[in-house]
Amino acid sequence: MDPLYISHYTLSTCLGHGRMANWLALAGQLSGLKPCKFETVDLPTFIGEVQGVEHQVMSERLSHHLCRNNQLAQLAIEQDGFAQATRATIDTYGRSRVGVFLGTSTSGILSTELAYRYRDIESGGLPTDFRYAETHNTYSVSGFIRDYFELEGPAIVVSSACSSSAKVFGNAYRMMACGLIDAAIVGGVDSLCLTTLYGFNSLELLSPERCQPFGTNRSGISISEAAGFALLTRDRPTKGNAIALLGIGESSDAHHMSSPHPEGLGALAAMQQALVMAKLGVNKIDYINLHGTATRSNDAAEGLAVAHLFGTAVPCSSTKGHTGHALGAAGIVEAALCMLAMENEMIPGGVNTSEIDPTLHVDYRLENMNLAPKTALSNSFGFGGSNCSLLLGFT
Amino acid sequence: MSILTVHLDAVGLCGPGLESWNAGKAVIGSGIDYVSASTTIVASNLLPTAERRRVGTAVKLALACATDALSESIYKASELLSIFSSSGGDGDNCHIICESLASQDRMISPTRFTNSVHNAPSGYWGIACQAKPASTSLCAFDGSFSAGFLEACAQSITAQSPVLLIAYDTPYPEPLRAKRPISHSFGIALVISHQLTNASLATVHMKLGKATPTVVQNADLELLRQNVPAARCLPALQALASGCGRHDLVLDLFDNQQLILDLEVLR
Repeated sequence: MDPLYISHYTLSTCLGHGRMANWLALAGQLSGLKPCKFETVDLPTFIGEVQGVEHQVMSERLSHHLCRNNQLAQLAIEQDGFAQATRATIDTYGRSRVGVFLGTSTSGILSTELAYRYRDIESGGLPTDFRYAETHNTYSVSGFIRDYFELEGPAIVVSSACSSSAKVFGNAYRMMACGLIDAAIVGGVDSLCLTTLYGFNSLELLSPERCQPFGTNRSGISISEAAGFALLTRDRPTKGNAIALLGIGESSDAHHMSSPHPEGLGALAAMQQALVMAKLGVNKIDYINLHGTATRSNDAAEGLAVAHLFGTAVPCSSTKGHTGHALGAAGIVEAALCMLAMENEMIPGGVNTSEIDPTLHVDYRLENMNLAPKTALSNSFGFGGSNCSLLLGFT
Repeated sequence: MSILTVHLDAVGLCGPGLESWNAGKAVIGSGIDYVSASTTIVASNLLPTAERRRVGTAVKLALACATDALSESIYKASELLSIFSSSGGDGDNCHIICESLASQDRMISPTRFTNSVHNAPSGYWGIACQAKPASTSLCAFDGSFSAGFLEACAQSITAQSPVLLIAYDTPYPEPLRAKRPISHSFGIALVISHQLTNASLATVHMKLGKATPTVVQNADLELLRQNVPAARCLPALQALASGCGRHDLVLDLFDNQQLILDLEVLR
């Protein structure tokens, strides 16, 4: 494929707002996970909450989009000069030539969860001020960002659970390859809600401690919220770093709704496709940011797939010990962390893991490495057997 | 202005009074004799027994129209790239989860949670058909059909491979229904190909632009088009069903941008 240039990017996670805060936390081997005190949730688990989301005020023009998910989107898009860079790009190409492709798993469903507590006693109806389209609906965040920038180009939300905001790079690539757009805002936003906390609890997949990716004692995920955005352009940026998407692999497990293929065959196919698309051999990959959720089965399957393709030749880590699992936003968060690693010339070691599972035969790192990765592979795998692997590199 | 050219090789349908494409084609084409009824979803025997017990209306609907599309086509489900587009996923499942979370114990079943993901039909389709190629599940609110159609066409052209598009919607029960009144379950499946084959039913040239969406003949079908996002495909289905010739159509996408089609029916 022709490289798809990433001319700007930003992320906000439980580690902090913007690139610098997130990088300092990674460099300092910090975890943003804390005991769950979200809303009225009473579950013995750790979560990653982004500070200040509920304090985000929306302008009158955008106020109908108000919900936690869109507040998080706004908070994130206004970091690192991302919104300004996007506006400049829109000025260059035109409102109808910039697409919006964002991922989320639960969108603004928290608004509906809360509205159900305040149903009219007689009619059973939801509160009159509840708005469905701009909050709960899966498309909500792309509608918000499209309105935020007053765009008139194509827009979708991809919602394939935890692969969502990795897969959007593929949608943007295809629209650009067909000549429908010249630039794209890609990324994802997922915010804390009761559905995911109680849902993963029902599957017995919530860790009672900070998650331990690839650890012998791993006991499940730590749910978090996050948002991240990348500005993709066909044209090479005139200044600054030229990191590009070099390849993307997408596959389906066709195995089980909530468990990965036990041998990681879907994950393997996604990684292989990304390499083929980029025309790069396995020896050209400098770092792998694993999906590494810290459930027993996910890490086992991914470990097998990575070991099959790379053996122990490539340093890898999961950054979910730092950020938690941001579900539909995990793909963009981890793509952004890979880019930070490339720019800051350091491979981040994983945190929280007390002992690396010796049955997972990969080069899992717990210490930061002073090694400048020129390329990075970022894995994102989701419910429904949806797999995506992004290959990023300097060009 | 970029124009995408693709070919439609198969159609599958499941909607109110429209049990399959073959059964509904004449009614949609003529615009007369359409009788709305609650949607009858033909049970799919594709899923393993364990999965079949777990699925809700949205999965059954998506599988029914996809199965209909592939029933007489040359394509194998296991080899097709797929796009699943829905405005809201499974309305009943969502309602029950929200009700549980507003109750005292907040316990939701693992199956309900698993089925709540927007890509549940894609996941079950993969399991049912051993379909391992890439599958994308997306949403664009009322424009979900056109957004899915556009994405499927872009993917077919870039991957140089046929793509299965499945667009479906199910109604929410009250109280969400009052806030999001989707009237019926409706699903449409299309096999979209980058190349003209003997199987091609139509050739489509599409572009994005500002225009007024085409309405369909027959007041009840037009109501269906307006009341179910997936049914915004009906102008294209009416053109396909009405025999050979060229049709200029506008399918609903966003307030400030529509999908403009030049659709030539080949047979």
